[in-house]
Amino acid sequence: MTTPRPAETPAAAADTAPRPGDWPLWEVFVRSRRGLSHTHAGSLHAPDAEMALRSARDLYTRRSEGVSLWVVPSAQITASSPDEKDAFFEPAGDKPYRHPTFYEIPDGVHHL
Amino acid sequence: MNITATPALPLGDDALILSHRLGEWAGHAPVLEEEVALANIALDLLGQARILLSLAGDEDELAYLREERQFRNLQLVEQPNGDFAHTIARQLYFSTYQELLFNHLAATDSELAPLAGKAVKEVAYHRDHAHQWTLRLGDGTDESRTRMQRAVDALWRYTGELFEPVEGLETVPWAALHDSWAARITSTLEQATLTVPEGPRHGAWTAGAGRQGLHTEPFGRMLAEMQHLHRSHPGATW
Repeated sequence: MTTPRPAETPAAAADTAPRPGDWPLWEVFVRSRRGLSHTHAGSLHAPDAEMALRSARDLYTRRSEGVSLWVVPSAQITASSPDEKDAFFEPAGDKPYRHPTFYEIPDGVHHL
Repeated sequence: MNITATPALPLGDDALILSHRLGEWAGHAPVLEEEVALANIALDLLGQARILLSLAGDEDELAYLREERQFRNLQLVEQPNGDFAHTIARQLYFSTYQELLFNHLAATDSELAPLAGKAVKEVAYHRDHAHQWTLRLGDGTDESRTRMQRAVDALWRYTGELFEPVEGLETVPWAALHDSWAARITSTLEQATLTVPEGPRHGAWTAGAGRQGLHTEPFGRMLAEMQHLHRSHPGATW
């Protein structure tokens, strides 16, 4: 999707600037009323963050009370590359000393 | 048909008719996200209409079997959708009115207080939606600005009727509501770089006429479509 909006990256945006009527893509993260963290719920197109929030409310929360919404321009997200998966994630797998599993977790510590 | 004399009838008619108009946008909105927003607002209004009309009688009979002259809705809400700016101007005028009225009713001991208390949250959202779009269209491109100005001008003459006292709601401070309404609309339009219309708000034939059952020409065609199925199969259940 074409983002950065010109206002945000004035110099580099010339060739990727959105055409009129071209709405950038936003990623939506929702924390439900009893939820502990924001979870990626989906994406949508919107002209700016305010509209993205309002559309996200309609599309992903059905307007339940007490939820929290984050919207992020998709272009602002940097993803890890699937090709580098092994190098990225595997080293820890066979090195149990890297895992903090040898500790007793005290009572009263939640959500660890 | 048994119709109880209650202010729930005109207010229910407002919600029902505007809900139907917004339903006409289904599949035709400028973008998918807006499609969902308009449908959401339409469903909120339909929910309000069902509760209000149930206070006045049988909701289906009231919606589907009344003639044009028996409807008590404002002429504003029966106006055709026009372009998107036209729909947004209608939403801005009406939802600002509805929010002020419901806020007032929610604080009274009228039979409408529980409904108003619930609906006012929905209506605040509707007004915010219309406000946001008015800003974007008014302060958008030359074309969108021209269209938004045309829309607020065209619908202006239907706004005088909003503050005609409704039968059964004589205790509502209509003049004060009007002043708050005018202040909010002025603020939104100025933020949107639009001009507040100066024309008369009571046309020769529009002054408070919707509440008396006198409607504009497009309303009859809208009702024909809305009531067609029910009238073709009277007594059917679905």
